Amino acid sequence: MHPTTHAFPENARKALSDERLQKVLSTAGTGFVEKRRKAAERLPEFEALRDQGRDLKNHVLANLDTYLEAFEAKVTEQGGHVHWCRTDQEARDAILGICRKANARTVTKGKSMIAEEIGINDYLEANGLIPIETDLGEYIIQLRHEPPSHIIAPAIHLSKEDVAETFRDAHTELPRDRLLDEPKVLIAEARQVLRRKFQEAEVGITGANLMIAETGSTIIVTNEGNGDLTQILPRIHVVIATIDKVVPTLEDATLVLRLLARSATGQEASAYTTVSTGPKRPGDVDGPEEFHVVLLDNGRSALLGTEFQDVLRCIRCGACMNHCPVYGSVGGHAYGWVYPGPIGSVMQPALLGVKEAGHLPNASTFCGRCEAVCPMRIPLPKMMRHWREKEFEQGLQPATMRRGLGVWGWFARRPALYHAATRMAVKALGALGRGKGRFARLPLAEGWTRHRDMPAPEGKTFQQQWAERKGKR
Amino acid sequence: MSDQRPAPRVGLFVTCLVDVFRPTVGFAAVKLLEDAGCTVEVPSAQTCCGQPAFNSGDRKTAADLARNTIAAFEGFDYVVVPSGSCGGQIKHHYKELLADDPAWAARAHHLSARTYELVSFLADVLGVTNVEARYDGTVTYHDSCSGLRELGIKEQPRRLLNSVDGLTINELPGAEVCCGFGGTFCVKYPDISNHMVEAKIADITKTGADTLLAGDMGCLLNMAGKLKREGSPIRVRHVAEVLAGVTDEAPPIGDKT
Ligand code: SF4
Repeated sequence: MHPTTHAFPENARKALSDERLQKVLSTAGTGFVEKRRKAAERLPEFEALRDQGRDLKNHVLANLDTYLEAFEAKVTEQGGHVHWCRTDQEARDAILGICRKANARTVTKGKSMIAEEIGINDYLEANGLIPIETDLGEYIIQLRHEPPSHIIAPAIHLSKEDVAETFRDAHTELPRDRLLDEPKVLIAEARQVLRRKFQEAEVGITGANLMIAETGSTIIVTNEGNGDLTQILPRIHVVIATIDKVVPTLEDATLVLRLLARSATGQEASAYTTVSTGPKRPGDVDGPEEFHVVLLDNGRSALLGTEFQDVLRCIRCGACMNHCPVYGSVGGHAYGWVYPGPIGSVMQPALLGVKEAGHLPNASTFCGRCEAVCPMRIPLPKMMRHWREKEFEQGLQPATMRRGLGVWGWFARRPALYHAATRMAVKALGALGRGKGRFARLPLAEGWTRHRDMPAPEGKTFQQQWAERKGKR
Repeated sequence: MSDQRPAPRVGLFVTCLVDVFRPTVGFAAVKLLEDAGCTVEVPSAQTCCGQPAFNSGDRKTAADLARNTIAAFEGFDYVVVPSGSCGGQIKHHYKELLADDPAWAARAHHLSARTYELVSFLADVLGVTNVEARYDGTVTYHDSCSGLRELGIKEQPRRLLNSVDGLTINELPGAEVCCGFGGTFCVKYPDISNHMVEAKIADITKTGADTLLAGDMGCLLNMAGKLKREGSPIRVRHVAEVLAGVTDEAPPIGDKT
């Protein structure tokens, strides 16, 4: 997917004036917030679990090589294969290679953000394969040729009417005038269509919420059960995951899972938690004949030891975007690439560069709600500020802003001049605004007065009045 | 006073926006602190806490301004700030900014330990439970983000407001959601900011309150500017003005003199 992150302001403007989208956003967002709040309240140790989660991931990141090698050894021992991939291209080629070797034509896919990150569907398609998304939300946006707009609810930007229209256009074998008015009916139709695909597929690709070093297992959580069919029915199961998803033990995995479901959807646990350990063993009734883990770095290891390391604790729960007022205003597509919301504002500059993604860390009020709910206690605003520092160092910010801040900083370092300057500014503004209480328009403040008035200063600065008062005392 | 302890010496950090836009808030803060038994001084060497530079990625300017503030406020028992945002900058971010500068890091920690936002200082440190003030009206209260999430200010203003004669509080649904100000955010991304403040004033209007209060001038200018642009009669004030009982000394923010 070609990023449009550099065009964030235009993307945002379009989203803000899209009435259909605004209607969906205004109703979709609040549900997650309430559900998470209640789930956290029901579990007295929730805050303590967040501390443990943070500590666990910090430990893993400090010993990442050890745990990844242990994981690989276990996978291999059980007859599986680990494919180490530095870049997205290497990962695409690894997956294509597996498919080609199997003479595969149809590939089913469970939900995976990494698959989005490497653009695997387009790549497989371009190479003559047929990738089929099996998660309902992913299936819908695949039919619409759209990227996901949320990391756990990819089609959250769509209404049920939009989905009905999409199905009518795509499922042409069904009668056009059939009734598609209820989510239940839509789900049943998708299930019916997808069942056939599951049976045709030679390869199934899933993501992984976790990789377990001690057992060489991978874990996915889903609410639809599509992930299970994706990995059990085809002959070959390919897991695609990034290196930050490893944890030492199954016990550690349960800690993450307790945090994940509550933070994401407010559930105690997702409907399905599926553990995959190697290919089918003699005597197993089902399971794939081949088990591959495509282990992707794609810039993660470069963040280790930097001010951005903490972001690798992310478990992709989506809570930060559910609580973000900017995401809630513009939706996920405005972010222009795979990861929206606060996590995207930190990850996308890392993956795409600050030149492409520099708007995102700036488009935040630093209200701090994301950090307040992040199960892994990732200091997201602080990381966005670090990206702003990188931009400042590289001189990437708009010249007017840099100059303005420069002048202001020069004065603010010199208290006497600063107070003289503010006195003069307030006097000038006072003369302009006297008696009106506010300005509807103000030179150099168009960004403010486009949408709101500017309250007028009262008259003299506080410092000036305080000095006068002290003189009298 | 029978108490033998000397009055706490408080340095008031005025903040840029109070200094320039709303000196009334500064005087309200002085009155509240003096009524609670403090001696208040306003060092003239103070300028800005440096947050605009810090949040724009200019650490060097931010660190210079942090040093300026630290030097200006050495020697006070407490430093009090009528803003959760500037208060949070001084209390939390100076330490981080100067961490690599051993001499100043220690001074930053020392200042951090003595710095408080105004209302939480009154309630949590001085133990003030009621104020001598009257305000005939129904108010609603917006929790400014930094005060709420960096400094834990939530109950304190409500507790003190409840002691104001004639005042009723109607709680604001979504009081913890950002108003869309965000410093330079509101001019860099004016359309997103506008969308956020529109939602905020819709919530404010629904409460039926005649007055909106908050503890941070940035948010107040933003919300007042939007309310006034929409022609709303809702009055907007800094919470300190109501607690100090000085509302007859200045018209509400953005209203006619
Ligand atoms: S940054 Fe935190 S809140 Fe956001 S998706 Fe990752 S774990 Fe969840």
